[in-house]
Amino acid sequence: MKPAPFKYHRAETINDATGMLASLDNARLLSGGQSLMAMMNLRYVMVDHLIDLNPVSELAGIRIDRDRVELGGMTRQRTMLESDEIAIRAPVIREALGFVGHVQTRNRGTVGGSLAHMDPAAELMGIAALYDAEITLTSTRGERTVSIADYPMGYMTPNIEPDEILTRVSFDLWPQGHGYDFREFAQRHGDFAVVGVGSQLTLDDKGEIDRAAVVLIGVDDGPVRLNDVEEALIGETPSDDLFRAAGSMAAKQEMMGDALITADYRKRVADAFVRRSLTNAAARAKEISHA
Amino acid sequence: MPDGKHTREINVVVNGEPISAAVEDRYSLADFLRKVIGLTGTHLGCEHGVCGACTVLVNGDAVRGCLMLAVQAEGCEVTTIEGLANADGTLGKLQQAFMDNYSLQCGFCTPGILTTLTAYLRDHPDADEPEIREALSGNICRCTGYDTIVKAALSVAAEMKGARA
Amino acid sequence: MTEKVFVGQSVKRLEDPNLLTGKGQFLDDLKLPGMLEAAFVRSPFAHARFTDLDIEDARKMPGVVAVYTAKDLPDVMQGKRILLQVPNPAITNPITQEPLASEEVCFVGEAVAVIVAESRHEAEDAAERVIVDWDPLPAAGHCDTALKPGAPVAHSDMTDNVAARFSLGYGDIDKAFKEAKHIIKERYVPHRGTGHPMECRGVCAIYDAVSDAFRIWSSTQTPHNTQRGVVDMFGMPEDKVRIITPDVGGGFGPKNQVYPEEMVIPAAAQMLGRPVRWTEDRREHFLTTTQERDQVWELSAAVDDDGYILGLKGSLIHDAGAYLPWGSIMPYISATTVPGPYKLGSYKIDVTVAFTNMVPTTPLRGAGRPQAVFVMERMCDLIGRELAIDPAEVRRRNFIPADAMPYKMGLTYRDGAPVIYDTGNYPESQNKALARAGYDTFPERQAAALKEGRYLGIGIGNYVEGTGLGPFEGATIRILTNGRVAVYTGATPAGQAHKTTLAQICADQLGVDISDVDVVVGDTGMMPRGAGTYASRITVNAGSSVRTASIEVRGKLLKMAAAKFDVEEDDLECVGGLVRIKGEQGDSIGFSDLAKMTSGMPGYVLPEGIKPDLEASAYFTPPQATYSNGSHVAEVEVDPETGLVTILNYVVVHDCGNVINPMLVHGQVQGGVAHGIGNAILERMVYDEDANPLTTTFAEYLMPTAEMIPDCDIIHMHSPTPLNPLGVKGAGEGGTIPAPAAIVAAVENALQPFGIRINECPILPQRIVELIDAAGTDKGEE
Repeated sequence: MKPAPFKYHRAETINDATGMLASLDNARLLSGGQSLMAMMNLRYVMVDHLIDLNPVSELAGIRIDRDRVELGGMTRQRTMLESDEIAIRAPVIREALGFVGHVQTRNRGTVGGSLAHMDPAAELMGIAALYDAEITLTSTRGERTVSIADYPMGYMTPNIEPDEILTRVSFDLWPQGHGYDFREFAQRHGDFAVVGVGSQLTLDDKGEIDRAAVVLIGVDDGPVRLNDVEEALIGETPSDDLFRAAGSMAAKQEMMGDALITADYRKRVADAFVRRSLTNAAARAKEISHA
Repeated sequence: MPDGKHTREINVVVNGEPISAAVEDRYSLADFLRKVIGLTGTHLGCEHGVCGACTVLVNGDAVRGCLMLAVQAEGCEVTTIEGLANADGTLGKLQQAFMDNYSLQCGFCTPGILTTLTAYLRDHPDADEPEIREALSGNICRCTGYDTIVKAALSVAAEMKGARA
Repeated sequence: MTEKVFVGQSVKRLEDPNLLTGKGQFLDDLKLPGMLEAAFVRSPFAHARFTDLDIEDARKMPGVVAVYTAKDLPDVMQGKRILLQVPNPAITNPITQEPLASEEVCFVGEAVAVIVAESRHEAEDAAERVIVDWDPLPAAGHCDTALKPGAPVAHSDMTDNVAARFSLGYGDIDKAFKEAKHIIKERYVPHRGTGHPMECRGVCAIYDAVSDAFRIWSSTQTPHNTQRGVVDMFGMPEDKVRIITPDVGGGFGPKNQVYPEEMVIPAAAQMLGRPVRWTEDRREHFLTTTQERDQVWELSAAVDDDGYILGLKGSLIHDAGAYLPWGSIMPYISATTVPGPYKLGSYKIDVTVAFTNMVPTTPLRGAGRPQAVFVMERMCDLIGRELAIDPAEVRRRNFIPADAMPYKMGLTYRDGAPVIYDTGNYPESQNKALARAGYDTFPERQAAALKEGRYLGIGIGNYVEGTGLGPFEGATIRILTNGRVAVYTGATPAGQAHKTTLAQICADQLGVDISDVDVVVGDTGMMPRGAGTYASRITVNAGSSVRTASIEVRGKLLKMAAAKFDVEEDDLECVGGLVRIKGEQGDSIGFSDLAKMTSGMPGYVLPEGIKPDLEASAYFTPPQATYSNGSHVAEVEVDPETGLVTILNYVVVHDCGNVINPMLVHGQVQGGVAHGIGNAILERMVYDEDANPLTTTFAEYLMPTAEMIPDCDIIHMHSPTPLNPLGVKGAGEGGTIPAPAAIVAAVENALQPFGIRINECPILPQRIVELIDAAGTDKGEE
């Protein structure tokens, strides 16, 4: 299982990388490589040129400016997992990253690589959807920003032009005291999720839900925001019945089936996991006065 | 497809020894270690990034040797199982704990497990059993059923704790 | 006799220092000058014919030295197939693989051409350029459907998929079923898995034209089998074919079989005059390395009101896969293992072995026994359920009592000897397991948990396992002129630490430290006859041979020294590599000096009765299998909403007679249970209806990881066997055999409120949820 031959190119700057990408035929970008290299070893992917983004230091880093976060495309999953700022301001990200692969793959895997690869079960895609993130793509033609809603184009097909690099992802933080939860079902730690659920909510000073976001991963080409569930939660007081109804609503989504996992089973798991996720998120939420 | 074999000269420090060598662009770090510089202690168990046998340390961090290209290790320090013994050639603490606790049978997965735990215990000397098991979740061992591996790791963690106390 | 006793002690392994420092030498680690690397072109179809194989483009690829198809192989190989390892008259169609398929492929992954190149990378590049004109044929899928009338045939020249048929049993089965108050029927379907040693297979060969001889390294459990295969294929004398096993990174059964690559790689080395190596990669392992466990059982039990089993009858369909390299051994073992520790009044089973277009099946840790134990133990549970008797009590009533040993069952085992259980206390084994597992108080735990919406279950698995099969495994012990002791044996370890175990046995007899013993394993050049490592047989066979040969060598040492010192042999002892006169400061002579004297030292005349060389060989030939036994109790929690199974507690009672090294037996049991847990709840080799494999990476086929495997609570019982001088029985497979039975029983028990029955393994979360849904009594409250 050895990759087909290719020529390796080392990019030092974003300009380097976009330049090479624009001029080389059948080229592909290499970030963490934790999915791409496996696919190349299996010869599912064969390229003539591989452009390595790892040396591009301007692509890496977590920047938090007041209530907005910007993650450089080459920020390692481990860096995010170990960031105190992320842990405090966006704890759901840390919880989600705990499900991403293993210690060895998180040491190399990057946020941009994960979003660009766009596995249906990608936790970071779920996080991006949960936060209504914006994804910035750069090419020799300039920069463009795509909202996460417009990002998935099909199975493992993101809205990225062949000459574009995913340079950063940015989103607004939730207020302090918000409730959060991320969980996923897989038989073993680090496996592709059968279903994953991320949820966040805030409670007003009456203890009613005044903002909610719920996302499923692993059930469709891209993450699925449960807008109907979110709407149904607004103005309600957390309760077992409420979240049970939310689970049932989630299970009505269309879901994909494959040779090993059926759509029906995904629905069953989503039903339970949406309920459990919201229950935990509500338990973690503190009442916030917006006065 | 571009013509000819694409190779590069790389400079790496492997187990403390500076090495300059030519390597094909497409060679994984594990293939480089095994086939180019003859360090066959690092094993390939699946080459698709799941089994963990090929785990080596790059600048101290555990990575899959089958999912990183050798050319990407330019300028890096790489540590393999061959570099884990004490300077005098005696077994390192973790290696000795593996021998004392019977933490290996066929020994094929052992290189990746030793490197993984070396980095993990360095970073998490207070690790408890569930944490150690999670840290090992990216390494498959078919022989042992893991209990003796976990015991060895816990014994080293306890020793490290004792040394700091 | 000795100052230190090693047998029975948990001595540390002699194998470890190399393996812990990266100095192991596995197949892919070998460095031979001028070595070439090979890759195979394999079928993407489960069943197809091919007319044209165009290798011209591949030949021209960079680094390529040669491309061979079936017709390019040496003349001596033309028209030949791999040797059938275990012939049997019940086999109606003894078909094995060709080294390279010549016109028809019968499973995905079957090889049609080999590329030999300067590097594996280049060989793979060229393999992509071979153009094959495939003509796909209908494929035989699961063994159940493969036997139905009109099913596609696995080989186009066959009229049906029957590979073998036989029946066996004892007692008056018709009478039992006529008289029984209750007839309880069930269908059981255990599924395929794979062995998946962490090291895949591999072969490396050199042909020496001067002496017309092969030297072949293979990552195998049975070098002597490989030798027989190569000798047969090439028509060469045995002394021209030397098979050497380097360090082997796990076996678990599938490396106990002669593979096509073990023929093709030597042929390539011969034709090219250069060393050639092929290292199997994980995808090839999924596609081509043998698997096991697909079976379909239809069983009926004749039971009286008290749960005593008067008779058990039914049918077994066993999936052979596309070829029969191991004959009909596994279903035979299955059929003879079913009665296990129970005194069945009568027994009758009709077995059909079916060809399918999947990877051939050969023994895999347990070898037909996990399935047999699964069906028997599940039947005990079902009887308990139908008659409202506790499942442990059903077993208790049917156990063969301890005082019935030796117990003759009435069947003939695979070694041709009658099944006679030698020793063991089955009721006590279960009693100990239940006591340790807190079985009596479990209903309280279960009820308390249910109040919290948690579903706990408990399950039992008892088994009896024929181990230590012959025909033999030999050992030669030689005192070297440097004073060290060499042990040569056909034993071929793949992680079992045979070097340590055999050194322990030898060291005790010769009064040396185990570090003074060099055990040479798995090399047909050093040990001309051998069987190999399978069937939990090495300690029984090779261990006994080492003991016998060591005693003979000790006799020679004493005789030599007695002549030298002019004393009686009784006045001498072997201690620390010396023979010395007993008593303080007695005269002594080192093994080294004695070895030099007998090795042909000019001027030295051997004493009367002493033959040259301090050496002895022994080939222990067991009269029959010796039967290990044990009991497993699993306690699990099941999440009925997701089907996730968590193992909370796992108790093992294990009886393998005397134990040479308790630490090593512990590891065999714990590791075996881990494999069994995989077989119970994780590992499923999925094929579609047309026999296309769907799980071909470790991301799809799930192996047990550290977070899933509990520390087993292992209790050892010791019922030594009189059948060998060490009193030992096999220990390598007992951890795996009853695990699926115990775990699946526990899952079913946990889900009692839903009223489901589970008659398959592995049982994956999705299937659990499906069964709950199908039961239609959804009480799934969290």
